[in-house]
Amino acid sequence: MNRLALAAVAAAALALVGCAAQPSAEPSATADSLEGSITVFAAASLKTTFTDLAERFEAEHPATTVGLNFAGSSDLVTQITEGAPADVFASADSKNMTTLTDAALNAGDPVDFATNVLEIAVPPGNPAGIESFADLANPDVKLVICAPAVPCGAATVTVETAAGVDLAPVSEESAVTDVLGKVTSGEADAGLVYVTDVIGAGDAVEGIGFDESAEAVNTYPIVALDDSAAPDVAQAFVDFVAGATGQKVLAAAGFGTP
Amino acid sequence: MTFSFSAAVAERGFEVALSVAPGETVAILGPNGAGKSTLLGLTAGLLRADSGRAVLDDTVLFDSVGGSFTPPHRRGVSLLAQEPLLFPHLSALENVAFGPRSAGVPRAAARATARHWLAEVEALDLADRRPAQLSGGQAQRVAVARALASDPKLLLLDEPMAALDVSVAPALRRMLRRVLAGRTVLIVTHDILDAFTLADRVVVLDGGRIVDQGPTREVLERPRSAFTAGLAALNLLVGVRSQRGIRLADGSEISGASDLVVGASAAAAVRPSAVRVSLDEPAAANRLRGEVLDLEPRGDLVRVRSDRLAADLAPALVADLDLAPGAAVWFAFDESDVSVYAG
Amino acid sequence: MRPADGYAGVPRWVAAVAVVGALFVLLPLAAMVTRVNWGQFVPLVTSEASVAALLLSLRTSLAATVLCIVFGVPMALVLARSAFRGQKILRSLVLLPLVLPPVVGGIALLYTFGRRGLIGQPLEAFGVSIAFSTTAVVLAQTFVALPFLVLSLEGALRTVGTRYEAVGATLGARPTTVLRRITLPLVLPALVSGSVLSFARALGEFGATLTFAGSLQGTTRTLPLEIYLQRETSPDTAVALSLVLVVVAVVVVSIAHQAGSTKYLRGAL
Repeated sequence: MNRLALAAVAAAALALVGCAAQPSAEPSATADSLEGSITVFAAASLKTTFTDLAERFEAEHPATTVGLNFAGSSDLVTQITEGAPADVFASADSKNMTTLTDAALNAGDPVDFATNVLEIAVPPGNPAGIESFADLANPDVKLVICAPAVPCGAATVTVETAAGVDLAPVSEESAVTDVLGKVTSGEADAGLVYVTDVIGAGDAVEGIGFDESAEAVNTYPIVALDDSAAPDVAQAFVDFVAGATGQKVLAAAGFGTP
Repeated sequence: MTFSFSAAVAERGFEVALSVAPGETVAILGPNGAGKSTLLGLTAGLLRADSGRAVLDDTVLFDSVGGSFTPPHRRGVSLLAQEPLLFPHLSALENVAFGPRSAGVPRAAARATARHWLAEVEALDLADRRPAQLSGGQAQRVAVARALASDPKLLLLDEPMAALDVSVAPALRRMLRRVLAGRTVLIVTHDILDAFTLADRVVVLDGGRIVDQGPTREVLERPRSAFTAGLAALNLLVGVRSQRGIRLADGSEISGASDLVVGASAAAAVRPSAVRVSLDEPAAANRLRGEVLDLEPRGDLVRVRSDRLAADLAPALVADLDLAPGAAVWFAFDESDVSVYAG
Repeated sequence: MRPADGYAGVPRWVAAVAVVGALFVLLPLAAMVTRVNWGQFVPLVTSEASVAALLLSLRTSLAATVLCIVFGVPMALVLARSAFRGQKILRSLVLLPLVLPPVVGGIALLYTFGRRGLIGQPLEAFGVSIAFSTTAVVLAQTFVALPFLVLSLEGALRTVGTRYEAVGATLGARPTTVLRRITLPLVLPALVSGSVLSFARALGEFGATLTFAGSLQGTTRTLPLEIYLQRETSPDTAVALSLVLVVVAVVVVSIAHQAGSTKYLRGAL
């Protein structure tokens, strides 16, 4: 027992010494003394990018741990309002963020950190020969889209109206991942997903861009939460995402600038 | 409807060949495990034989040479088991009408036939009751009617009175005697009263084989196997025909009248009530030593059993003689109480 | 605790544990009921989307139940009454959908009936497309509900035994007549309760439907899928529809319990 206590004290002492000896990495943040553990609730479409960013953040601030929880934005908001322990919330659209701020669960104002637009995804080889957005309205095409209740579905409706096209999908999914899944498995001839989903799927799908997508830009806001046990770490992460490193990683994944 | 049967089932050590003449009722007797149920099962088509052949009238029920097998529903063989097994979801009338309806008879005609047979078994007033509302005896009557209503060529009865109260059995027996007259029937039973009342012939099975068979009275009054003797409650002594009567294996001789040739294999039967017991050697011509194995109270008499003979004595006499297992006694009986016959 | 008849032999602490178990199931239901927006209840459950989902659910569940009966009865008969090599394995496989996560079932169905599936691909050549159709929903529901019927019926068939069928045969009834007039009537309570349970299971099916059939109002968006969607935008609607599903389930299960009573068989088995 005595040995263990001694080791713990020694480790703590080393940590303190280490922290004190290191020069600051970021200009504005007090990164050196940052310690604590946070949980980030992020929309499902942010999975790859935020996993990457979390690792980088932990590398820059070794005394911190970033836990991640990915799900649909509205599911996350429900969990947070029902009391789930979260420190940061990154939503796939402003609507869900508004639900959160209406409930006054945020610490500070939300910051827009990325945008996303829709793209047509088709199975490799484009078996239905889709070339434009209007082709999607062809009754022979098995089109899968997001249901209007979901962020990517709302964007789809906006684009539909802007293009003056009446889509007749065979399925309206509750999550964009389900739309992508039906395209990669070949069940659907085409699906409307985000640009980032197409890039993330690699060779499993081909992407076809269309001009009308600019009509429905989805803005992603992020905010630190009020109830956090490590508010400075939370805010530091928010700044990190909105800062240079964060933006670089997001751009590489296909996100647009806010 | 002539029925000829010959089959073997190796797994059960069963090997039996018999035949039944038209209109004959044959009783199958035998201890538990003798093969009686196997015989019925093979005849009804619920079991398959390893080898053999059975023919009912002009239908081949099964034949291992050639591999033919008539399924149960085409044999014209009805089986009545110990338990009535009335279909619980049908009324008594519908139960009895089941056979005719399965043969394609229209519902009204089938019900008329059912009523006829219910009347025959004196159960017409039970027609609309469900099986759950019938007593054991009533259900068995309805089951008999059901088996007869299908107009079987051969009727099989498997210990029909076994599950009934003793008070109910006699009435059922009388009814069976009436409705089975003229039918070809195989009846398995433990009760020799059934055999005497209902059967023309008796077949005794033991260990999967026939050990005795013949007209009822003959087999039951002149048993040739220990089991039959036990059933008929007779003492059985086996040996060889001698000058005076029968010479037993241990050399002792029993006097008794017989028309057998001297030297022929013989058996002698004596009723326990005709046997006397004494401690000292009696003067009677027929006397045998024995050691008492046990004493069995039977009504107003006590049956004193040894390994070869049993005697029915009054309890007072048993007390006077101070009989107990292990006592050495003499058994004696008169020549006129013995019958010696072919063994 | 009063016994039903005579001495029950149930220790008091067992009753206490049973109460805890019951609460574990009942409390979440009660909690959900307290969240229902009663003022908006009727408009929420009678909206176009809700009604479409409910009607679709009822239609498809009924169709699935019929399929379960048509295929489940022969399966139960074969499993209960015949003996062949590999029977134990076959039974385990047939009952697999009971323990498989429904999503896994959906994936398996996709690989079978989907556009590039084992059977789906040849069917596409004939112009028959199963994915994204109501047929797909019925298939998914049948897949998960079938074991309920088979299990329920097989147990009853074993219990009843074959004695009555043997008697029927000796009375001259052909095998089909025996099945129709003796076997099925004898296991009717189990058949009814098994069918009702299958119906309930089909009604609540979600994972396989989502993966295999897709989600389109009136065609494939059953009530559970509608609830899943509504919780994004309108939690009130989701809770209201959930209550509808719970009520239907309670009604269905109590019918199953009633039908499963074997009073008229008492004394015959």
